[in-house]
Amino acid sequence: MSAHAEDAIPRQRHPLISFAARWLLTTNHKEIGTLYLCLSFTLFFIAGALAMGVRAELFAPGLQLVSPNFYNQLVTLHGLVMVFGAVMPAFVGLANWMIPMMIGAPDMALPRLNNFSFWILPFAFTLLLSSLFMEGGAPNFGWTFYAPLSTTYGPPSTDYFILGVHMMGVSSVLGAINIIVTIFNLRAPGMTLMKMPLFVWTWLITAFMLIMVMPVLAGVVTMMLTDRHFGTSFFQAAGGGDPVMFQHIFWFFGHPEVYIMILPGFGIASQIIPTFARKKLFGYKSMVIATSSIAFLSFIVWGHHMFTTGMPLVAQLFFMYATMLIAVPTGVKVFNWVSTMWRGSLTFETPMLFALGFVIMFTIGGFSGLMLALVPADFQYHDTFFVVAHFHYVLYPGAIFSTMAAVYYWLPKWTGHMYDERLGKIHFWTASIAVNLTFFPMHFSGLAGMPRRIVDYPVQFTDFNMVSSIGAGLLGLTQVLFLYIVVKTIRGGEPATDRVWEGAEGLEWTVPSPAPHHTFQTPPDLHGDLVTETSVRAE
Amino acid sequence: MIRSRKLKHTALLVLLAVGMFGFAFALVPLYTVFCELTGLNGRTAGQESYAGPVVAASDRQITIQFLAHVGNGMPWEFRPTEHRLQVRPGEMHTTMFYARNRATRTVAGQAVPSVTPGQAALHLHKIECFCFTQQELDAGEEMEMPVAFYVDEDLPKEIRTFSLSYTLFPVDSTPGTKVADN
Repeated sequence: MSAHAEDAIPRQRHPLISFAARWLLTTNHKEIGTLYLCLSFTLFFIAGALAMGVRAELFAPGLQLVSPNFYNQLVTLHGLVMVFGAVMPAFVGLANWMIPMMIGAPDMALPRLNNFSFWILPFAFTLLLSSLFMEGGAPNFGWTFYAPLSTTYGPPSTDYFILGVHMMGVSSVLGAINIIVTIFNLRAPGMTLMKMPLFVWTWLITAFMLIMVMPVLAGVVTMMLTDRHFGTSFFQAAGGGDPVMFQHIFWFFGHPEVYIMILPGFGIASQIIPTFARKKLFGYKSMVIATSSIAFLSFIVWGHHMFTTGMPLVAQLFFMYATMLIAVPTGVKVFNWVSTMWRGSLTFETPMLFALGFVIMFTIGGFSGLMLALVPADFQYHDTFFVVAHFHYVLYPGAIFSTMAAVYYWLPKWTGHMYDERLGKIHFWTASIAVNLTFFPMHFSGLAGMPRRIVDYPVQFTDFNMVSSIGAGLLGLTQVLFLYIVVKTIRGGEPATDRVWEGAEGLEWTVPSPAPHHTFQTPPDLHGDLVTETSVRAE
Repeated sequence: MIRSRKLKHTALLVLLAVGMFGFAFALVPLYTVFCELTGLNGRTAGQESYAGPVVAASDRQITIQFLAHVGNGMPWEFRPTEHRLQVRPGEMHTTMFYARNRATRTVAGQAVPSVTPGQAALHLHKIECFCFTQQELDAGEEMEMPVAFYVDEDLPKEIRTFSLSYTLFPVDSTPGTKVADN
């Protein structure tokens, strides 16, 4: 499968047309990966700007900048765009770029489908974000869009939201199918499943989770649509439906979804830490098993989001124990990362710093998750800022730091230039300080009882919120620095070697930097060796 | 060879995705059945018969709280006539809910019951309830509506108090609108 649509385009057209045609019609996994990453970066800034609005309003008690309704719209779109627009496409972009290169494949298995699944997304997010400018405002019911808030009481723009979610769901499912088919069919000879790099493994598992839960999300928004317009009563008590059922179906999707946003991050950390520890990953097999166990467990813990809905005691106990069980495979992973570093020859380049920041701060988020899993404690913490602190710790220093680590790690391979190490380090340290400044105080305000999703708060929470808002402003600025670093690296810089990092192992480091348009058109010869051994680097 | 394998894998995965979409809808009847078995959502059963007091000797006291709400667009005044009742398992009781139509036209309403905590729903048996049928009041008309019930002795020990809540929804006159059957 090396047929590429862009080869068929005549090159003598107007430069603008050929530029548009190149990116619109490309079937090259590297170009589609770049498109995904650019879209994700753009949406990251848009969703970040919405969060700045939220934090600016919460800087002081009382109503200063926005109306309560608009505040709710900011919160909702911030969540939706970050989850579906920033984190997920970033991981899909990394998968597109790296999976074929890591398994020695010439491209993704279904290149045209790949193009299609990308190009749905800009339209989906245009639909979603255009609702901000509509009469009646954007969706204002939170990213979890609980019925009846989103059915009976949702603004008219909710239908744009529903269509947008449908489109991004189709995109995710098609992308996931492509990744699985690629991994199952296009591995270089000798690359058995248990020799695949961990990033590929985590993505394989993530892709299966996507195929299993994104259709459920599509189902739930379809029920919303028919409840809103076609007289059904899935979630309306008046017609014999049950709003609590919405929460069950939503969280059946929603809990695996939060692991979809972190498993590829686990894979990234498992690539980067061995490189900069100059040791093989400790416990490869247990990493694969732990990732699969986390994926399995994620399907049976959705109830922990709903402890306060009045579930029977037995159900509460079941969901509590199942949730706490997840700490075991997660602990295995953290243990393996630490053991990989044990007695390694560590250096701390920017990707390693981000990977370490990921391990440490993700673990903080994991611990607050354990606190929330305790039923009696959850009754106190539910819907407070403690929950906000928890999931921002697992998402910001978790999903986003791991993406940034991946970008710094592979950017020299993509562009052929080294990034500015000094600026990278400044980026890491300011971002780490800012993340903690923003989200750590939320633990305290939440434990003291500050509810989430409310535009105003009692004066005793002022200090914590001011610190959070100042941290958030700084955090926003550090990402502008990140944009500057990335653009600077694309435009030039010290040439990168093929291997880039002294301790880097794997097939992607055997191709030149920048990676040529087509790689591995003939499968690399692995001699039946482990891909992590340097013998495969012979060119 | 590779091509047909790729197609096979793609087809299987598409099938899985379509199946999961169907599964989301299958969750609806599954949820209903699950709730009937466990009382998860506090939905009470329909009309049941009363076989007389089972254990009169039990001195266990259970408090039932009555709540009444009106749904969106329902122009009725609706409240329980007594807010709480002490009952013993097996004893039959009747309580009344008061309703008055404040609108200037005839309005029909359907009450939807809910018990909290949900498990108690399995042990609350209603012999007579205004929620079994639709109620209709002319403009300004008022009435008291009965609920006759008993609680069985299998109610879990940790439940000493539970609430029975009714929400009255206006009945849409458009034909074909599905209304709760209990």
